[in-house]
Amino acid sequence: MQIRSTEKFCELQTRQNGRLDMGKSHVYKRDNINTDEIIPARYLNMDAEEELARHCMEDIDTEFVAKVAAGDFIVAGEDFGCGSSREHAVWAIRGAKVAAVIAGSFARIFYRNAINCGFLVVELPGAVQKISNGDELEIDARGGKLKNVTRKEVYEFTPLPDFALEIIEAGGLLKKIAE
Amino acid sequence: MAMTITEKILAVHSGNESVKAGQLINADIDVVMCHDVTTPAAISMLAERGLDRVFDSEKIVVTPDHFQPAKDIKSAELHKRLDDWCKKHKIKHYYPLGKAGVCHALLPEQGHVRPGEVIVGGDSHTCTYGAFGAFSTGVGSTDLAAAIATGQLWFRVPSSIKFELSGKLSPAVYSKDIVLEVIRRIGTDGARYMAMEFAGDGLADLSMEARMTITNMAIEAGGKNGIMAVDEVTRAYLAEHLKDKADFTVYESDADAEYVRCEEIDCAALEPMVAFPHLPSNGKAISEAAGLAMDQSYIGSCTNGRIEDLRIAAEILKGRQVAIRTIVVPATPEIWKQAMDEKLFDVFYDAGCVVSAPTCGACLGGFMGILAAGEKCVSTTNRNFVGRMGSPKSEVYLASPATAAASAVEGKLTDPRKYL
Ligand code: SF4
Repeated sequence: MQIRSTEKFCELQTRQNGRLDMGKSHVYKRDNINTDEIIPARYLNMDAEEELARHCMEDIDTEFVAKVAAGDFIVAGEDFGCGSSREHAVWAIRGAKVAAVIAGSFARIFYRNAINCGFLVVELPGAVQKISNGDELEIDARGGKLKNVTRKEVYEFTPLPDFALEIIEAGGLLKKIAE
Repeated sequence: MAMTITEKILAVHSGNESVKAGQLINADIDVVMCHDVTTPAAISMLAERGLDRVFDSEKIVVTPDHFQPAKDIKSAELHKRLDDWCKKHKIKHYYPLGKAGVCHALLPEQGHVRPGEVIVGGDSHTCTYGAFGAFSTGVGSTDLAAAIATGQLWFRVPSSIKFELSGKLSPAVYSKDIVLEVIRRIGTDGARYMAMEFAGDGLADLSMEARMTITNMAIEAGGKNGIMAVDEVTRAYLAEHLKDKADFTVYESDADAEYVRCEEIDCAALEPMVAFPHLPSNGKAISEAAGLAMDQSYIGSCTNGRIEDLRIAAEILKGRQVAIRTIVVPATPEIWKQAMDEKLFDVFYDAGCVVSAPTCGACLGGFMGILAAGEKCVSTTNRNFVGRMGSPKSEVYLASPATAAASAVEGKLTDPRKYL
């Protein structure tokens, strides 16, 4: 697993021996999970990641913050992250120590924000059919393989394009620019 | 090589003779739009990385609008960070309170949008400016920071869907109804990663204000940008609004440019539309929707808070009383002044509405019109997601200013045709 990522996420991965390791999945069998549900606008008067993380997914699942553990995954249907351009949505999820979002497809700005932040997103058609709540997953982002440890299955997905992996490996777009 | 208008603009801005859909490019940015929610974070990110600089202090346009006037201490702090930064970097086009307005209404009005340019903004509805034949798209804070510091961003050249609009709208049917029909047809991700190009003689009759309502909601179909060619209506608007730099380049799609899909919209056949919760694509014709009781009517936002919209609402409200809470939000100070001069405020006051200062306000569930659990609001805004205007148990119904005004009068979803 070659993916490195921005600050907090890096720490998390280092703890896990440089691998994006196993985590539990939190499955939302819904399409169009939007930025208002991921981080409602009533919290947009702040932009600190730790604070946003406390309200992550609040309007879709009030229990989420209590049950998520570092290194877990969010799994959802089509068009995840549609709506506003608020990068706060990525920060809230990253702040909640989620390792990656796996969805059937992503809305454009969310996808772009995630890459720019060095946060891993995996586009896996039919993700919500393949993965059940609580399944343990392991991702090989460069190789385009997602292992469902619980079900003993391996799914292939198209890895992020090279330019995106480069941005993530540089630790996000701004780090790349700063260099 | 045949190109669309979007491809032509991106080719010129990336130093290529031609580009095609799917190609990755680095494009020069002409204008960067900044507001109070996404920009303070971008500024902090730059400072943390020792990149506290702006690529051009004359090409960045800043207005606090989402929580302006400051709704609480935390938003006041966002505004302060924005204000300090604008002063430090001598941002030329800074619109603080008094001049501040809803960004997407303010920028064209103040002459910051020119055809042929590449414009990015830290807001998803930045696609609005495509009504002027510009490539314009919304980005998050990291992209915004990169654009502010370097004046460049990476893009994947989008493929295009073409929407051919034909025919004349019937009375009491507006461009909002056109775009709600477009989104109903293709879905909230029907144009994901794509350019939505609007063309056809159905556009010719529409004012720039009405056209902006259409490009504004391109994002609601997942679009990267919405775009329209320049015509006489565009030129007339620009002649009136462009200030320091009045020259611009006009691009047009080649006749044999490639589109992934073509949709025809017969404007004459459209009825007033209402998008039901919780997706902008849940559009229904008013004939199927009328009668549902509402608790609030909201007339404002970057979609429909312009003078034309307020005039339409006033026409219906004149001499009548609203049956539910009705909030009118002129999108910019100039619109506010004009509405006052035209005595529209008298109409709103007499009808029992309240008029607020220019702000995004309740459009995004910020303040000034938040909904309680179980409440329903008919709104001229652009999103009806769960919790968008308040409680996660409230509901938002998207409609034109005419439908919102008629519904305010009757306290339930109402066909505006009976009032116009
Ligand atoms: S008016 Fe609403 S949609 Fe428009 S920029 Fe403001 S919050 Fe966003």
